[in-house]
Amino acid sequence: MAVVHIEKLCKTYQLGPVQLPALRDVDLEIEQGQYIAIMGPSGSGKSTLLNLLGCLDRPTSGRYWLGGKDVSTLDDNHLSLIRGKRIGFIFQSYNLIGQLNVIENIKLPMSYQGFSEERSIERAGKLATMVGLGNRFKHRPRELSGGQQQRVAIARALANDPVIILADEPTGNLDSESGAEILSILDDLHQRGKTLIIVTHDEHIGTRAERTIHLLDGRIERVEYNHRR
Amino acid sequence: MHWFSAKRTIKLGVKSLWMHRLRSTLTMLGMVFGVCSVIAMLAIGEGASREAQEAIARLGSTNLIIETVKPPNEQANSSKANTMRKYGLTYADAESIRNTIPSVQVIVPVREIDQEARYLNRKVPIKLIGTIPWYTEVSPVRLIRGRFLSSVDLQYQLAVCVIEDQVARKLFAFDDPLGMDVRIYGNYYRVVGIVARLTTGQTADSFASEIAAVNGNGGGGVIGNVYIPLTTARKRFTEVKVSFGGGSENIEKVELQKIVVKVDSTEQVLPMRNILNTLLGRIHDKQDYNIVVPLELLRQAARTKQIFSIVLGSIAAISLLVGGIGIMNIMLATVSERTREIGIRRALGARKWDIIVQFLSETLLLTLAGGVLGIILGALIPFLVTYFGHMPTVITPSSLILAFGISAVVGITFGIYPAYRAANMDPIESLRHE
Repeated sequence: MAVVHIEKLCKTYQLGPVQLPALRDVDLEIEQGQYIAIMGPSGSGKSTLLNLLGCLDRPTSGRYWLGGKDVSTLDDNHLSLIRGKRIGFIFQSYNLIGQLNVIENIKLPMSYQGFSEERSIERAGKLATMVGLGNRFKHRPRELSGGQQQRVAIARALANDPVIILADEPTGNLDSESGAEILSILDDLHQRGKTLIIVTHDEHIGTRAERTIHLLDGRIERVEYNHRR
Repeated sequence: MHWFSAKRTIKLGVKSLWMHRLRSTLTMLGMVFGVCSVIAMLAIGEGASREAQEAIARLGSTNLIIETVKPPNEQANSSKANTMRKYGLTYADAESIRNTIPSVQVIVPVREIDQEARYLNRKVPIKLIGTIPWYTEVSPVRLIRGRFLSSVDLQYQLAVCVIEDQVARKLFAFDDPLGMDVRIYGNYYRVVGIVARLTTGQTADSFASEIAAVNGNGGGGVIGNVYIPLTTARKRFTEVKVSFGGGSENIEKVELQKIVVKVDSTEQVLPMRNILNTLLGRIHDKQDYNIVVPLELLRQAARTKQIFSIVLGSIAAISLLVGGIGIMNIMLATVSERTREIGIRRALGARKWDIIVQFLSETLLLTLAGGVLGIILGALIPFLVTYFGHMPTVITPSSLILAFGISAVVGITFGIYPAYRAANMDPIESLRHE
């Protein structure tokens, strides 16, 4: 079964008396290990889809199976658990916690899953080394460059070995050089069999993905398949 | 929750409080002063009340003290000059109490005369107390050396005396008083014993000094008591006192200043007072006596203490409430300042409960730290009050536990709402928050 399976997903926002449909009847299937880009102009429903995929929100109607489990009707507690266990988030503005150092930031998702301190630290250290921050364990986010901060965020996203990794404009705040570095780390993850879903404006990223989904007005406008390499 | 996650929560709380040191300290101050005032006030209140209670208890809780009081001046009487006024307790009173009330265990008549005691060229003002050997059973005197008055002394009206240790010190300095003769009002009395009176230390409040007066401790410059047999006193000292005042000569005759009655148990004290009142009321046509019941004073003191505690408790509760509201205010500000952090944590798998625990534990840490500091400060203040103000203070363990408990309760009460607010923020909105 597909890692992500979405059927007729709808999300409608209620703004006073006005109903604002953000997503209309979206069907989507993502297999294990795929690299997906979601593109579209602002207001097309990218963020809404990302929030739903990330279990931060619940659909108005439709079904969503994540790793074979129907998560469209779960309560807040279970959604929190699913987010921690099965989803890794990478944000445009990194979203690291300023008062925690690199290792503490990376092990944060593990602490909510009840891992022991020693095991979390060990794993966080491995992940930090993997993304090239082997000598910066004790640094605070503000002592790191943007590219380094985003690497911490990537390591954090991998902490609980999630089913999917969701990245929201991961290179949006970075210069082109650091951006390229981040993209190559993501490529690397893809090579290792991780399922990546990236929301972006950047056509370059679009071409790196195996499949690019173009959204417009809350619907899937078209799907591009890039047969690379 | 596993122990390591509890440890982690505490570590996280300490860390984020440490991040905002000034704010945490200021917030904590409300708590510190609240707890500190609870402990200090309770300690001072407890000290004052314990002192009063000890003073009363020293009078003896099974004692009833009948004192002679000067009846209000009757017009007819005062206009007649040179008329002798006779009032107060008499030997006959003591006799009839002993003969008619069988439940009286001990009855001790007491005569008090202000005099001077002389030895060689030294003299000290004293209170001469004429009494009987059983005085020691109703009064807090402790024999240091020698003996107290005996029934032989009483029977043969011997010229012996028992002096208090402070009188001995003043009068004899380095000499051994035992066997020496003290001159009082032209007669010599052989010293047969030295006693110490268990005195109240510092008479802090009027209550204690009133008690001291009942004990026979008042009066101008009196160093201490000298005890002689009642019969000797009766033979050698006149009961008539002449004074000049209001343009005329006042002549008064008082036989006994006090009669102390002791009963078997505290239950008998109040009935005995009624019996004594009835009996004396029949003999005396004027209200020239007063019955002091230490037990009743003790109960009054307990009631006073209760009221005192309620008042202090209310004040302390209000100050803690103010402190608690201050903490809640700051925690609400903290929550809204850290909205984004909350969003991040929620996205990374924190349940609402995890967020509640995080913020609640921060509030609790703040209040408990404030509580501990308050206890330290609150324990220091009574110490300073005792040292500089010479007032007794008592810090009871229960007040420490109470203060600590209160700070925990305040922490939870005023921490719940901010924590609840934090937990119920929409993760998507929080992540977008700048």
